[in-house]
This record gives sequence, structure tokens and C-alpha cells, in this order.
Amino acid sequence: MDLSWMAWTVPTALFFGTIIFLLILMGVWEYAKPGGSPRVGILRFETTRGDRLFLSLLGSAFIHLAWLGLVGPDLWWALGLSLIYAICVFRWV
Amino acid sequence: MEKTFNNKAWFLVLPVFFLVAISAIIPLMTVVNYSVQDTFGNNQFFWAGTEWFREVLHSSRFYDALLKNLAFSAIILLIQIPLGISIALTMPKKGIWVPVCLVLMALPLLIPWNVVGTIWQVFGRADIGLLGYTLANLGIDYNYANNAVDAWITIIVMDVWHWTSLVVLLSYAGLVSIPEAYYQAARIDGASRWKVFRYIQLPKMNRVLLIAVLLRFMDSFMVYTEPFVLTGGGPGNSTTFLSIDLVKMAIGQFDLGPAAAMSIIYFLIVLLVSWAFYTVMTNYDADAPEKGVQD
Repeated sequence: MDLSWMAWTVPTALFFGTIIFLLILMGVWEYAKPGGSPRVGILRFETTRGDRLFLSLLGSAFIHLAWLGLVGPDLWWALGLSLIYAICVFRWV
Repeated sequence: MEKTFNNKAWFLVLPVFFLVAISAIIPLMTVVNYSVQDTFGNNQFFWAGTEWFREVLHSSRFYDALLKNLAFSAIILLIQIPLGISIALTMPKKGIWVPVCLVLMALPLLIPWNVVGTIWQVFGRADIGLLGYTLANLGIDYNYANNAVDAWITIIVMDVWHWTSLVVLLSYAGLVSIPEAYYQAARIDGASRWKVFRYIQLPKMNRVLLIAVLLRFMDSFMVYTEPFVLTGGGPGNSTTFLSIDLVKMAIGQFDLGPAAAMSIIYFLIVLLVSWAFYTVMTNYDADAPEKGVQD
């Protein structure tokens, strides 16, 4: 099957591979500990593991955009910041 | 009664998964791939990194269109949601007029977007259109092709005419599902019309209103066909919304990389605002019974 029209590159393949890996990881986590572990965190409403992953990914996207718009093209700092943000979301949200 | 868990049922989801994959996930992946590359056609791509994202994030054209989109969606929601609820409240709940009202309400929804644009394009013209002709004879200087305010008013009125019915039908569905016992209890307590609305009808409509707000936000934020047909983004750039700008960039200029980067930013904004609406409204719903007890 010719997928050249999709214009794949190594970085974008890695990006989507990471997201698929995260989804599989969430599936395994859910299998090991069913129920999604809902809880009310600092946002004052109930979130499940899936919600926290969604918030982490969405927030990370905006952190990267903000970094690009306000600071510069070097995104390693934005990636680091996103990881810290994701850990905070999973810990406190 | 115990629930039966059967994981084989997940196989039933597979057809939907494949449909969504073909219609949404694969195109989205392609857009992400395009956003980091440059192309001159013929399936030849050159790595550009984050250049297009920076270009979009630093362009005043993008912020200008984004601001217009946000203003348009805010105006649309502020008009259509209260208007839709008000019309639904005045609609008959039983009798021969129910199907008549429902069909009348559904009519604008059946008209395709481009036809709506064309109808209003003709309707607003001073030489052959009823609205334009009437306004001209009343001495009102109205020209949506020349005046930005007139173009905005026409697009807003057109959208209200086209889509308020959706809010009406959803609100009406919520209203007719309220059991009569609630109204009887309210009458016994001597509740005013406003209190019946505030504490019975509005909370019971919350679910359908959530869907209405989400659908209307997403639709109005992605508005394309009607303004494109009516004004083509003009006069000047006054009605160039993000979607119109995006099409100009992708198809008119064949700048696929910047257009892809802009699409992703556009998509993320829609996702963020939809999530915010969804979260606020579902949690309002979850809190409502507790508040009711406190009241």
C-alpha cells in the first residue's frame, strides 16, 4: 500500500507512536486496576485516568504552542515543562 | 440485577472505529505530517520543522481571523440559546399545533448551507431582494457587499435564521420529557413562572442544552459556507473567518504547510473550548441535585 501521500516523517511517526503507546499503557493500567480511579482533585470536579491523560496531552500541546509563539523554536524545554505538567495533572487533578 | 460483562461486545465497535479512522484519524495524521514539511506538489516533501507553526503564531492575519471567529461564536451563542429556549417554552405541548410547529421549526435545518447563503445573498440585494429593497425604500443605507457592519449583521441574522431551530427542537425535547408531577408540585408550592423555569425546566433541559451549546459553538466556530457564498470573506477582510482564510491559504495559495499548521491550532482551540463547555455543563448538572436540596 502506497502511503507516500500521507508524507510520513520520523518525528511525526514517533509522535503518533508515543500517543498509541500511551493509549495501550492506559488500557493495560485499566486492565490491572479497573474503574478508571475517579477522584475529585484541585479542579474540584471528578476526573478519571482517561480525563487526566486528555488534559495532559491537550495542555502539553498548548505549552508547546505558547513556547513557539513566545520564546523560540527550541522545544526541548517545552517538552520538559509538559512532562512536569503531565505529572502534576496525574498527581493532583 | 447483575450486569453481564462480555468483552466480545467490543468487536461491535470495530466498524465505527474503522469509519472514524478513515474519516478523522488518518486525515488528522496527514495534516500533522504536512504541518512540519513543505511541498511543491507531486508528493515531494521537504522538512520544515516548526517553521509553519511559528509563522502562524506570529501572523496578525491569524489572530485577526481568530478574533472574528470568537466574536461570531459568542454573538451566535448569546442570541441563539436564549432565543431557542424562549421559542421552545412558548410552543404547544399537545394538540394539532405540535406537529405543525415542529415541521415549521425543522424547515430551515433542511436547507443546505450554500443554498442558505444564496437565499440571503439575493434577499439582501437592494435591486432584487425583498430585504434590501424594503430597507432601501425605508431610507436605510444597507449594503452587505460594501459595509462591514452590514455584512456582519447579515451573516449573524442568517445564522440565527438557519440554526436557532436546532436549539428550539433540542430544548423542546427536554421540556416535553419533564413529568407533569413536577409542575403540580410547583403549583402546590405557589412557585412563580420564573421559579418554575429556574428550578424545574432549566435543570431538566441541561443535558440537551449542553448538546445545543456544543453543536452551535463548534458549528459557528467552523462557519465557512454561508459567509463564503454571501460575502466571500469581504468587504475587505471583515468576514474572513479562520476557515475562509484556511481555504484561501491551502487551495488558493497552495501553502499546504502553513495551512496544516493553522488547522492544527484551530483544531486544538475547538477541542479546548468544547472540553471547557462540556466540563462546566456536566459538572453543573452533577451539582444541581445537591444545590436543590440546599435550596
